[in-house]
Amino acid sequence: MLDGMKKSNAKLIAYGVLSVVAIAFPFISPNRYYLTVVTLGFIYAIAVYGLNLIVGYLGQLSLAQAGFFGLGAYVSGLLSLKLHLSFWISLPMAAVVTTLVALLVGLISFRTRGHYFVIFTLCIGVIINLVIEKWDDLTGGVRGLIGIPRPTSIGPIDFISLESQYYLVLLFLSLTIFVMSRIASSLVGRTFKSIHNSEELAATLGINVMRNKLLAFGIAAFFTGIAGALFAGYIRFIGPDISNPHLTFELLLFLLIGGQATIAGPLVGTLIATGLTESLQFMQEYRMVVFGALLIIIVKFFPGGLVGAAMKLKTKIEKRMNKANKSEDALSKGENHAAKNRGFN
Amino acid sequence: MLLKTEALTKNFGGLTALNKVDFEIQEGEIVAIIGPNGAGKSTFFNLISGYYPSCSGTISFMGKDMTRTPTHEFASRGIGRTFQTTNLFTDSTVLDNLIIGYRSKTKMGMLDAIFNTSRARRDEGASREKATEVLEFIGLTEVKGQPVGNISQEAAKRLAIGLALVTEPRLLLLDEPAAGVNHGETNELAKLIKKIQQTGTTVCLIEHKVQMVMNLAHRIMVLNYGSKIAEGTPKEISNNERVIEAYLGGAAHA
Repeated sequence: MLDGMKKSNAKLIAYGVLSVVAIAFPFISPNRYYLTVVTLGFIYAIAVYGLNLIVGYLGQLSLAQAGFFGLGAYVSGLLSLKLHLSFWISLPMAAVVTTLVALLVGLISFRTRGHYFVIFTLCIGVIINLVIEKWDDLTGGVRGLIGIPRPTSIGPIDFISLESQYYLVLLFLSLTIFVMSRIASSLVGRTFKSIHNSEELAATLGINVMRNKLLAFGIAAFFTGIAGALFAGYIRFIGPDISNPHLTFELLLFLLIGGQATIAGPLVGTLIATGLTESLQFMQEYRMVVFGALLIIIVKFFPGGLVGAAMKLKTKIEKRMNKANKSEDALSKGENHAAKNRGFN
Repeated sequence: MLLKTEALTKNFGGLTALNKVDFEIQEGEIVAIIGPNGAGKSTFFNLISGYYPSCSGTISFMGKDMTRTPTHEFASRGIGRTFQTTNLFTDSTVLDNLIIGYRSKTKMGMLDAIFNTSRARRDEGASREKATEVLEFIGLTEVKGQPVGNISQEAAKRLAIGLALVTEPRLLLLDEPAAGVNHGETNELAKLIKKIQQTGTTVCLIEHKVQMVMNLAHRIMVLNYGSKIAEGTPKEISNNERVIEAYLGGAAHA
């Protein structure tokens, strides 16, 4: 009991420190360039959280995520650009449309498994990309959408300055992390994990595998759609490239670096990878050589990503400390233990 | 009666794995299915647990037809099962395995999870309570916090049975519960199975350990080449000529 309280206290402190850093960042950031990069990183991180739910928790590798990101961006962009709708309407609309499309895709794609599912979703991503690129009348084709309005101001709060945009994105990121951690620690998240572990066993225990897969897929797309809409409102120019499967693989890279099936992983991975990308600008195309090597090292030696590796290290240290503490009274307790074991039945 | 199959048949390509099997399971008994390797025992199990669809014939459970029911609904209708190769959620602890096993009895959804509603808390509490109760029943309370990979083969077998029990089945199907454990542990597992039957759950098991089956089962069905060749009490079965022939081969006659 005391241990648990200590643990939750430590967690609370960690969250507090992180929040303070996140809120103070615009003031401590040495220049505006960092702020731009971090804001963009946060937007991608929201999409990576979506990916984490289906890849990390549910265990289904979906490669359609850039398609959903692009869909969210275009729905939001078109609604605010052509129908002059408020950002606060176009963003939820983007999330809803993306979710509906994902559910439709999921209904078909979850009839396949393993490699077939991966290839199927890759195709969906390519199709969405092609539709955006070729539907010239609606999407502007390769020219894209130019001059998307900024997020509409709410009363006295406007989103013109870089700082205010940063806080807007930070708010959505915090909401995403909150929702994801609630899901992960609940029975719903455990159900996803059980499907990851063994679909057959989950079904035998009465879990409706198809419905749970659709649920995870839908939620993932919902957040990816929000990320897309935030991107459209932040960058204010979008082209078909943002729905290119290249982006899917980038999001996947962020997830693998940070650590799948962890709550901190997507954010850590995204920030580190985007930071690295920016600091390696001077290498131009060759920076992919660095990423390639990094990815191989992580997949080979840290399958849980950086966060997974850190957690492993932590439990190892805790175990060692516990052992040191307990070794003294272990002797006296040992006899008791053995007696209990014998009285098994 | 609890479960009834009529002319139940399964073909895999040209191979008839199960051929027109009629069988009944009465409420409260322990029945066993035996037969040489490849006789169709596991196929029969996979059909009556909804794991495979049958090719022809019918399955009814508590008077309701279940021939076309999807796999995940078998658990909620009251049929639980274990697998021949011990099937557990290997990433989780012993307790967490049982908690997720209770999932189909809980109602909380995504929104309950996000807003941590009273229903979510109630369901989590109920799952934990049920898991703890089953843990006690199968005698694994001592290792509840252990990852599944760390427990012994016999404990894993118990946990697999516990996982099926968490779903609160009327009929429990056990596919070779004592495979790969030693003699002493086999006796312990037999005790557990007896205990399950005494709490009112009907048990149907496949087992190769003849001694265990003879001591445990009220009734035995014998399959060979996909067909039922005998059915009766352990005594009747051990004296049945067709059964002896199937096990020892036709040469026994000559």
